[in-house]
Amino acid sequence: MSAEHKAAPREQFTGQVGFILSAIGSAVGLGNIWRFPGVAYENGGGAFMVPYLIALLTAGIPILFLDYALGHRFRGGAPQAFRRVKGWLESLGWFQVMICILIAVYYAAVVAWAGSFFVYSFGLDWGDDAAAFFVGEHLQLADVGGADPWLTFDFVAAVLIPLVIVWIAVIAVLAAGVVKGVQRANVVFIPLLVVAFGILVVRSLFLEGAIDGLNVLFTPDWSALGDADVWIAAYGQIFFSLSVAFGIMITYSSYRARKANMTSPGLVVAFSNSGFELLAGIGVFSALGFLASQEGVTVADLNFQGVLLAFVTFPTIVSEMPGGAFFGALFFGSLVMAGFTSLVSILQVVSAALQEKFALSRRAATLGMGLVLGAVSVLGFSTTTGLVLLDTVDAFVNNIGIVASAVFMCVFVVWVYRKAPELRYHLNAVSTTQVGRWWYACVGVIVPVMLVVMLVQYVILRIDEPYEGYDTTYLLYAGWGSVLLLFVGAILFTLPRWRGATAFTAWPTYPPTQDPAVMKEASR
Amino acid sequence: MSTEAVLMMIVALVIVWGGLVVSILALRARPERADYPAGGEDDHREDTEILRHDT
Repeated sequence: MSAEHKAAPREQFTGQVGFILSAIGSAVGLGNIWRFPGVAYENGGGAFMVPYLIALLTAGIPILFLDYALGHRFRGGAPQAFRRVKGWLESLGWFQVMICILIAVYYAAVVAWAGSFFVYSFGLDWGDDAAAFFVGEHLQLADVGGADPWLTFDFVAAVLIPLVIVWIAVIAVLAAGVVKGVQRANVVFIPLLVVAFGILVVRSLFLEGAIDGLNVLFTPDWSALGDADVWIAAYGQIFFSLSVAFGIMITYSSYRARKANMTSPGLVVAFSNSGFELLAGIGVFSALGFLASQEGVTVADLNFQGVLLAFVTFPTIVSEMPGGAFFGALFFGSLVMAGFTSLVSILQVVSAALQEKFALSRRAATLGMGLVLGAVSVLGFSTTTGLVLLDTVDAFVNNIGIVASAVFMCVFVVWVYRKAPELRYHLNAVSTTQVGRWWYACVGVIVPVMLVVMLVQYVILRIDEPYEGYDTTYLLYAGWGSVLLLFVGAILFTLPRWRGATAFTAWPTYPPTQDPAVMKEASR
Repeated sequence: MSTEAVLMMIVALVIVWGGLVVSILALRARPERADYPAGGEDDHREDTEILRHDT
């Protein structure tokens, strides 16, 4: 391998288990822990499980298979895979890479906070007022409550140092490669995460008031099933929690051997993701029930969603329970592991795309990406206004960027270039679980229709009322600006000449060629 | 907990975790296909710019 333009052979997961654990590591992230419980509670409680399961079967698994088929058949990260579908679609790949870039820079900050809180939990450093500790002492948020000044470069050491450590760790993992880095990290962290989180859930089930919490979560409100918004929430939850449609699953499946089972492991991944989510719902609501009983309030009065659930409500619970330090360490340790494995997968998308387009070595692509994105991440999110920027970018990139990306995929791959039969044939040729014709209806109609409705609703909502009541000029730059950046980045990355390998024939051949021996027999 | 809530919790757990168990068992029973279409050797022909297998 001395000649310069002899690229190394494509990396490969060592087998089924490595791939499945890595895909679970990517799918199970912070959203499973802090998004699902709140969404389920607000949308009909126990009755929410009906639209949730239907969404899993009609949208989650089908779009997961679409990602798998694209990555596995066209053997590349997002830009390379889409380029092999149709030249100009490379830009859709870069659109997905841009989503990963924007998510990675703030996601790393959340992992860093969780790391800090893991350390704080040993001494229960947040004291009696966890809210004041989080926004005041830890983040040192400029003007708590979110107003002027909107953007500062006053760095907070307590955030900056862990954030730099997170970037160094994630770059080290990616630089080590798919097998020795990504796969190894997941093989260690995912079982550890399940054990740690399992202990946490069992412990919280035996807290006083836990049963009341579960009662609140699972009491079904059947009238919710007639509400269109509940159904949209279910499709949204499935869609966001599976980490589909922004390149991750395309990239990971491109690292599987050509002759590798795809759909059966895919089902394991999809059900593991939902299984973990359900476990998180049980754990979180048991703990919320305990807190409500201690404070003499109802569960509805507590903060049970997003950043505040993790960094304010949970520390409060930990302070009030016996042996809280251990419980806190388990919770924040789980957050770090779930977040870190997802961050690794998000950055692998960027790294793979750079390697393939610009014919870079893995080390060069990883280090270059790490230095640039790490710097942006530190500049934007370790300052006293980091939380506000994070909140804004997260809302816009997820609700507009990722949803639009999935709609583009369905429209161009399924409708315009009619690749669905080829992709289904591919999946069936290599997999043990066969995909029926129902799949066309899911990725061609159900998924795009639900997502377009979500997208239109969200855009109208954001035009009507500024997100979180933030300053409209700020939202124009930080929120809509992020969305614009996705498109601009997609164009800019598509323009340069493709320097990587271009020769490619998809296998197995489509439409399937007849076996010559059989044809000879038939023509006699 | 109310009976209805207990019932919904059990149904949800059985379906989701049951689905997980079934999908794992199915994969263990048939981890890979026995037959593949012709071709598809992982000889990295498409990964490198110079064909290494020809020389």
